Amino acid sequence: MKALRFAALAYWRDLRAGELAVLITALAVAVAALSAVGFFTDRLARAMAEQAGEVLAADLRLESGHPLDGNGRYSAEATRRGLATARVLSFASMVYAGSEGHLASLRGVSPAYPLRGRVRLAAEPFGPAHEAAGAPPAGTLWVDGRLLASLGLPVGGSLTIGTRAFTVGAVLDYRPDQGSGFADLSPSVVLGIDDLESTGLIQPGSRATWALLVAGTPDAVADFAAWLKPVHGAGERLVEAREASNQLDSALGRSARFLSLAVLATLVLAAISVAITARRYAVRHRDAAALLRCLGSSRRFVFVVSTIELGFAALTATAAGCLLGLAAQWALARLLGDLLTGALPAPSWRPALAALATTMLIMLGFALAPLLELSDTPPARVLSRNLEPRRLRHGIPYVLAVLALMAILVFLLRDTRLVVYAALGLGVAGIIYFLAGLGLVRLAGRLRGSAGVAWRYGMANLARRQAASAVQIVAFGLGLTVLLLLLVVRNDLLREWHASLPPDAPNHFVINIQPGETTALHEFFRVHGIAQPTLYPWVRARLTDVNGVAVGDLRLTSERARAFAEREQNLSWSATLPADNRLTAGAWWGPGAGREPEVSVASEYSEDLGIKPGDRMGFDVAGERIEARVANVRKVRWDGFRPNFFLLFRPGVLDSSAGTYMTSFYVAPAARPMLVQFIHQFPTVTLFDVDAILSQVRSVLDRAALGVESVSLFTLVAGIIVLLAMVEASQDERRFESATLRALGASRSLILISVATEFASLGALSGVLAAAASTAAHYALSSRLMALPYHPDPWPWLIGPVAGTLLVGAAGVLAARRVVNTSPALVLRAG
Amino acid sequence: MVVNSSPEVDGRAPLPPALEARSLCKEVSSPEGLLTILDSVSFTVLPAETVAIVGPSGAGKSTLLSLLAGLDVPTRGTVRLCGSDLSGEDEDGRARLRAAFVGFVFQSFHLLPSLTAVEQVMLPLELSGVTDARERAVAALNEVGLEARLRHYPRQLSGGEQQRVAIARAFVTRPRVLFADEPTGNLDAASGDTVANLLFGLNALAGTTLVLVTHQRELALRCQRRLNLAAGRLLPE
Repeated sequence: MKALRFAALAYWRDLRAGELAVLITALAVAVAALSAVGFFTDRLARAMAEQAGEVLAADLRLESGHPLDGNGRYSAEATRRGLATARVLSFASMVYAGSEGHLASLRGVSPAYPLRGRVRLAAEPFGPAHEAAGAPPAGTLWVDGRLLASLGLPVGGSLTIGTRAFTVGAVLDYRPDQGSGFADLSPSVVLGIDDLESTGLIQPGSRATWALLVAGTPDAVADFAAWLKPVHGAGERLVEAREASNQLDSALGRSARFLSLAVLATLVLAAISVAITARRYAVRHRDAAALLRCLGSSRRFVFVVSTIELGFAALTATAAGCLLGLAAQWALARLLGDLLTGALPAPSWRPALAALATTMLIMLGFALAPLLELSDTPPARVLSRNLEPRRLRHGIPYVLAVLALMAILVFLLRDTRLVVYAALGLGVAGIIYFLAGLGLVRLAGRLRGSAGVAWRYGMANLARRQAASAVQIVAFGLGLTVLLLLLVVRNDLLREWHASLPPDAPNHFVINIQPGETTALHEFFRVHGIAQPTLYPWVRARLTDVNGVAVGDLRLTSERARAFAEREQNLSWSATLPADNRLTAGAWWGPGAGREPEVSVASEYSEDLGIKPGDRMGFDVAGERIEARVANVRKVRWDGFRPNFFLLFRPGVLDSSAGTYMTSFYVAPAARPMLVQFIHQFPTVTLFDVDAILSQVRSVLDRAALGVESVSLFTLVAGIIVLLAMVEASQDERRFESATLRALGASRSLILISVATEFASLGALSGVLAAAASTAAHYALSSRLMALPYHPDPWPWLIGPVAGTLLVGAAGVLAARRVVNTSPALVLRAG
Repeated sequence: MVVNSSPEVDGRAPLPPALEARSLCKEVSSPEGLLTILDSVSFTVLPAETVAIVGPSGAGKSTLLSLLAGLDVPTRGTVRLCGSDLSGEDEDGRARLRAAFVGFVFQSFHLLPSLTAVEQVMLPLELSGVTDARERAVAALNEVGLEARLRHYPRQLSGGEQQRVAIARAFVTRPRVLFADEPTGNLDAASGDTVANLLFGLNALAGTTLVLVTHQRELALRCQRRLNLAAGRLLPE
C-alpha cells in the first residue's frame, strides 16, 4: 500500500517534470495504431463478406435441380432463427418479341430478392442506372439491355415467355448475383417467381435450378448452415458466401496484411522507444534509487515503486492511445462511409484490453530489465557516484525482449509460421546490425584523420563507445528498416492496385466473335474511337490424358482439380507472354521454336493436377486429338479485368481448330449508348458489361489505399518518437562532456559540429544497414506475405543513408543544442 | 586507538553506544592486485557525541563512513549501529536499520531534480508512512530558514540553500545518528558557516550523534572528537 502511494506520488512528480513524456507518447501511438487498425481490418473483413455476399445475393444459397424445400421446412427454420429468405427459380428459354426470338436466362424471384446487394435498373439500354429493390411487379419484366437492343424492343414493349405475354418494366443494368465470369452466357430476364411458374415452361424433368437464399448475422448464418448440412437432400448443394471468390479477395487480403505489417512496425518502433526511454529512466533514477536505499528502503521497495510507476505510465498511455484510436476509428468509419451497409457496432472494451495487454508486454520485455538493474543500485552511490548497478547476467534483458516480441507477434499475426519468420528475421537483423555496426564503428574510428578538431572529436567519441554506438546503430537501423520496408511495400501495393485497375481498365468483354467478323469489329472500334483491343482465339476442348494416363484414372484431390479434368476448357494461343502473366517454371517459346506442339499452363492447373514442364497433355478438340508438351508454368493475375487462360498454346497448333475470338475493351460512360449499335451490328457475339463490378472494386480499393496511407502515418509518428527518445537519452549522456569541453574553451559551434558528425555518421551507417535489410525483407515479403511480384526498389538505398544522416544528425544537434545553451558552470556544479 | 566506556545517565539503564567499529578492514581488487583501503579500524562513538573523521585524500574517510552507515559491507570486522550488528544483516536488513536510526547530509546535496524543497523533505517521512509528512516537512524547512522556498526546485536554489534543504531532510525523521560527508565542501565560506551552525545547532537541540567527514579544519575543531585516518589506519586521537 505504501509502495502504491509512494509510486503514485513519484509518478505524479515525474510526469510533472516531463520525465515520462516520450515513453507515454511512444506507447500511446502504438496503442492508437493497434486499436485503429483492429477496427479497420474488422471493417475490411466485413466489407469482404458483404462483397462475397453480393456474388450470391445472399450469405447462403441452397440450390438444386428439382424443387427444394417442398414442405417449407428450410425457410421455416431460417425464419425461426431470425434469418431473411428469398427464392429464385432460373432456367434458360427462348423469349419472343413478335416473331423475333432470342435465348434468355430467366430468373423468377420472390419479393425479398436480393438479400445482399441491390439491383440496378435503367430507363433505356446502356442508359444511366439507379438502384431498385424487390421483384418486378406482377406482369412486368426487367430485361437485360443486350436482349432489348438485339430484339429492337423498347421499355414498355411486350415480350412473350411460354404461354404468357409480359410488359418490359425496366432495363436490367446489374443484378448482384450475375457474376463476373461467363457462367450465364445468355442475357437475363428477371420477373416475379409466381409469374415465371405461370408461363407453363416448368414441366417435370425441366432443366431448371431452384434456389433458397438466406441472409442474416454471421453467427446465425453459420448456425443455420451447420443445421442444414446434415439434413438437406443429396441433390441439393449448399454454397456459402465466403466460398464464392471475387476479385476483391486478394486486394483486400493484401491490404489487411499490410496493415498488420504496419502495426507490427509501429509496435517494434514503440518497443525501441520504450527500451531507450526505460533505460534513460533507470539511469536518471539511479541517484534517487541510491538515496531511497540510503534512507532505508529495501531493494524490493525500489523495484516495486519503479515498476508501479511505469505501470501507471503504461495505463496512461493505453488510455490516451485508446482515445486517439477511437478518434482514428471515427475518421476511418467516415472514410469507409457508404462502403459499409450495416450499422457500426459500438466500440467495445476488447480492443482496449488487447491494447493494454500489448502495452504491458512491451513494458515487461523492454522496461523490466532496466528496472531490475535500477533496484540493484548500491546505496553507497550517495558517497561515490561512480558506483553503478551490476548489469543483469545471462543476457536476461535480451531474453525478456525476445520473449515479449514473440508474444506480441503471436498475438498480432496468429500464424505460427509467420511468427517464426518474423522473429528470426528480427533476431538475425539485430545480430547482423550489431556486428556490422561494430565493424563500421571501428572502421570509422580510423577515419579520424586531420579533418579538424570537431570531426576528430566526433569520430573519436563514436569509436570510444564502440558497444554503445553499435547498440545505437541497432536501434536506429531497426527503426529505419521497418520504415523503409513499409515504404517500399506500400509503394508496391499502390502500384499494383493502379496497375490492376487503371482508369481505362476494360469494362466490357466480348465472346463468340466469328473469324469472319474480326475485320468488321476492328473497323467498328476505329470508327467509334475505341483503342484496338487484342483478339484472343478461343477454342473449347476437353483434357483427355496426362502423360498417357486417362483423366478418369488421375488421382484428383480437390474440387478445382476435378473441374479442370472434367469440364470443357477454354484454350487459346499466343506468340508472346500476356501482360498479366509471369513465368514460374520453364521457358516461353521463342519465334523460332521447333514444330512440336507446346502448351503453357497456369500455376493453378500445375498445382492441382501436378503438371510440370516436360509433361505431355492430350486434348479432345472438337473430336480431334491434340497432344502437347508442357513448355512452362505461368502465374496469372486474374484481377486485371483482361482475358486470361489457364491453357495457352504455341501459335500454329490450334489454328485449324480456331472456333471464335474474344476480347475486352473500355467504353467511357458517355459512349455507352453506342453499344446498342454494336449489338445490332454483331448480333451473334455475346457482350458482357462488367462496369458495375469494376466501379465497386475500384471504390473498395480507393478506400483500402486511403486506409493504408493513414495507418502508415502512425508508423511514421512512431519512428519520429524513436528519434525523440534518442535525443532525450543522448542529452543526458552529453551534458557533462559538453560542459567540460566548454569549460576547456571549446566553442558552442565546435561542440555542435562534433556531435552532428558523430550522430550523422551513426545515422548514415544505420541507413546503409537499413537499406540492405529492408531490401532483403522486401524480397522475402513480396512473394511470401503480400503475393506481389518483386520489383527491385532503389529508393531505400537513397532514402536510408540520406534520411539516416539528416534525421539522426538533426536529432543529435537538437540534443546538444539544449545542452550547450545551459551554462557549463551550472551543469558542472550540479554534479 | 581509543575505546570509550558506555555512559550511565542518572542511574538509568545505559544506552548502547551510537556506533561501535571493531577491526574494520576493507579490501578491493584492482588491476595492481588487492588494495587495502581500511586496515583494522576500531572505535566507539557515544550517543549525542560529535565526531569528525579527518585525513588526507585517499585515506579511506568516505569508505569508513559508508561502512559505519551500512551502505557498504567490510571485508572483515563488525559495525554495531545503536546496538544492532550491521554485519549480521543483509542489504534490506541494513536498510531497515538506516531507516530507523540514520540521517545523511552529502557534499553534493543529493536532492532529486524533480522534487520541490518541501517534497525533498517529505521523502523520508513518506517512506516511513508518516501521515502528516507535509506539516512536518514545512516545520523542518522553517527551522533551516527556508520557509520562503518551499515550492522551489533544486535548480532554483543556491548551493547553500540546497544543503539546508538536505539538512532539513536529514533531521526531519529525528535520527539517532547523522552522517555528513563533506557537508560544506561545495559551499562558500558564508554558506558553509550557516550550514555548519545549523548542523551543530540541530544536533545540540535533538541530541543527535553527529559523524562527519571533512577536510575543513575549522569544522573538525567544532566536533568533540576527531578520528584521524592515514592510509587506511586510525591514528591515536
